[in-house]
Amino acid sequence: MTVIQKKADNPIAHLSAEDIEIIGKELDAIRDRVIADRGERDARYIRKVIKTQRTLELSSRAVLLFSLFPPAWIVGTAGLAVAKILDNMEIGHNVLHGQWDWMRDPKIHSTTWDWDHVSPPEQWKHSHNELHHRYTNVLGKDNDLGYGIMRVDEDQPWHPAYLGQPFYNFVNACFFEYGIAAYDLELGENLKNGRHKDPAFRARARAVGRKIRRQVLKDYVLHPLLSGPSFLSTLAATFTANLIRNLWSHSVIMCGHFPNGVETFEKTSIDGETRGEWYLRQMLGSANISGSRLLHIMTGNLSYQIEHHLFPDLPSNRYQEIAPQVRALFDRYGLKYTTGPLPKQVASAWWKVIRLSLPNRRGDRRQPVAPAPLVSSGTA
Amino acid sequence: MTTTAPRRPQKVTFRDRLLRLAGAVTTPLLPGDYLDLVAPLRAGAPLRGRIVAVRPETRDAATVVIQPGRSWQGHQPGQYVRLGVDVDGVRQWRAYSVTSTPGAADGLISVTVKAIPDGKVSNHLVRRVRPGTIVQLDQAQGDFVVPEETPGRVLFVTAGSGITPVTGMLRAGLHDRADVVLVHSAPTRDDVIFGPELRALAEAGALRLVERHTDTDGLLGVDELADLVPDHLDRQTWACGPIGMLDAVEGYWDSHGLADRLHTERFRPTVISPGEGGTVTFTGAGVTVEADGATPILDAGERAGVLMPSGCRMGICFGCVVPLREGAVRDLRNGDVTTAVPGDGVLVQTCVSAAAGTCDIEL
Repeated sequence: MTVIQKKADNPIAHLSAEDIEIIGKELDAIRDRVIADRGERDARYIRKVIKTQRTLELSSRAVLLFSLFPPAWIVGTAGLAVAKILDNMEIGHNVLHGQWDWMRDPKIHSTTWDWDHVSPPEQWKHSHNELHHRYTNVLGKDNDLGYGIMRVDEDQPWHPAYLGQPFYNFVNACFFEYGIAAYDLELGENLKNGRHKDPAFRARARAVGRKIRRQVLKDYVLHPLLSGPSFLSTLAATFTANLIRNLWSHSVIMCGHFPNGVETFEKTSIDGETRGEWYLRQMLGSANISGSRLLHIMTGNLSYQIEHHLFPDLPSNRYQEIAPQVRALFDRYGLKYTTGPLPKQVASAWWKVIRLSLPNRRGDRRQPVAPAPLVSSGTA
Repeated sequence: MTTTAPRRPQKVTFRDRLLRLAGAVTTPLLPGDYLDLVAPLRAGAPLRGRIVAVRPETRDAATVVIQPGRSWQGHQPGQYVRLGVDVDGVRQWRAYSVTSTPGAADGLISVTVKAIPDGKVSNHLVRRVRPGTIVQLDQAQGDFVVPEETPGRVLFVTAGSGITPVTGMLRAGLHDRADVVLVHSAPTRDDVIFGPELRALAEAGALRLVERHTDTDGLLGVDELADLVPDHLDRQTWACGPIGMLDAVEGYWDSHGLADRLHTERFRPTVISPGEGGTVTFTGAGVTVEADGATPILDAGERAGVLMPSGCRMGICFGCVVPLREGAVRDLRNGDVTTAVPGDGVLVQTCVSAAAGTCDIEL
């Protein structure tokens, strides 16, 4: 991957400023149609998912009280892992995006929601909703590109430290919720610049500490204690459920922006960006995962990453419904709608992490490069 | 600099400890979030109710019978209750007079709703809501009540659904304690909510009922009261109905210097009619600015020096969401108007919302 502006075969070279304007208008129209139709059916959907998640979590934890018996351990762990994934993805991520604020239910609202995750909602909303979704795939602006610890683009300079990135990425995957919390805190940056004494940073760090303490107390002390003689096996079960949740959410999120076919953008390219150009960047900077209805729910409908990035505040159950219209728009304007089954996309993302741990081979980067404007004609 | 307030000695009870432990087991949820799945009406839960029946009263009015949650504290006849009803998935709050008798043996309460044209909530309650539905409730409130020391002679002047609080009073036996005259207006005889019940009371001599059918006889003029109820000015009077009627009645009693004998209840006290731009008040900061219909409230507030929460400034991150206490705003992306009256609990994204009339922002 090379920033789109430096590509010899710039995939948007054929679009005029007017085309981009029209694409923006068409996407606005799709959004307006969903909003006009949004209603009871959607409200029923999210309430059903929340009820299912709570019932599943409660019953799985009840089964784990007897986790000494292997069948109970397996059933309880699997159920708890699924419950944690639902809480994290289809419910937590999407409620915190404000996708359900329109219901005016104070119990299901981005300003009141909390999730079973070690990153406090306030901090996650800032780094995810405000920074990542606004600056999607802009080098130097969107820290989701490699989470500040990895090299995921040929245009990032290589350093020997990147040799270890397949290993860091694996560790990050296992403890992903902690990785996210550190990332939301901008921990590395703040420590490096000696800002760890800044009161604002310390307050945020304390908030993360509170979330961690509460999760550790619940998952690794109280529930094992409640299990009595099954203490150790319940401890192992909750750890495994957290591990599965972390590996799953890491895989899904890697598939959103890392696979082959996804474009990155230069920092200067977003100066004075129009709404149409912002939409276009979201279209090219995201990748979908194809699969069953169950897969989509388990990914929090982030398998419709393209639709999600175009309309981050539309209810997640609608992404599947508008996907054909969005895809038709891609086809009409000769743009590449990147999608593939989960194993293929995960492999593609991992291959990139491994490949870029090494310096660029000759030919990876087309030189000499002259920065070109995002749009080849009409704007300059 | 930080100061530490002296800690008040407080007794931590066993129950507090137990609750804290339960909270640690269910975090980040509260134990109540799980209990809500099975017992939404339990004591200690946010006040809710379950609709147990919807009984048609007239062609456009119905009585909604509700089993209130265990925290319900009861009501006085004439008071209203605010109902939070999900219509098309969106929670809407409206106030309705309680028409049931206080402390009914079955523990149920009822409100009677008249469907008004284009009324989102009233039409939903009258025509579509199904028994079993959970609604949000507030405790009963309002001072449209007859005092403990019941006056000897009482006059009610009502129109349309304005009969509902009065019916609540009559069902509680007011006519046993006072001489009651009821002057009620409705378009036709069949449109009189609780018509048969009121006529039966009148026939039994419990009260004097004057019905005015406005489709045939025209609107009741306030000056006609002198002929209909000669001693009307000697009576303690309660009036409830459309705004025009209340204005006329208030003006009449005022002009006789007898405003203290008149008690009124205004339904739908605030009518918000959206316009272009308007006066925006940030209630916490105590700042008021004029904003045009194209300026996001976020910008207007920042320009006036209000410390506004903000984020992406393009409507996607929900970092700028604040409560709209009262007023109307327009979504700059698609022109959709959102209105709110106090208690609605409406939150808006200030970065993509412009004033569409006078707005109070809680900030």
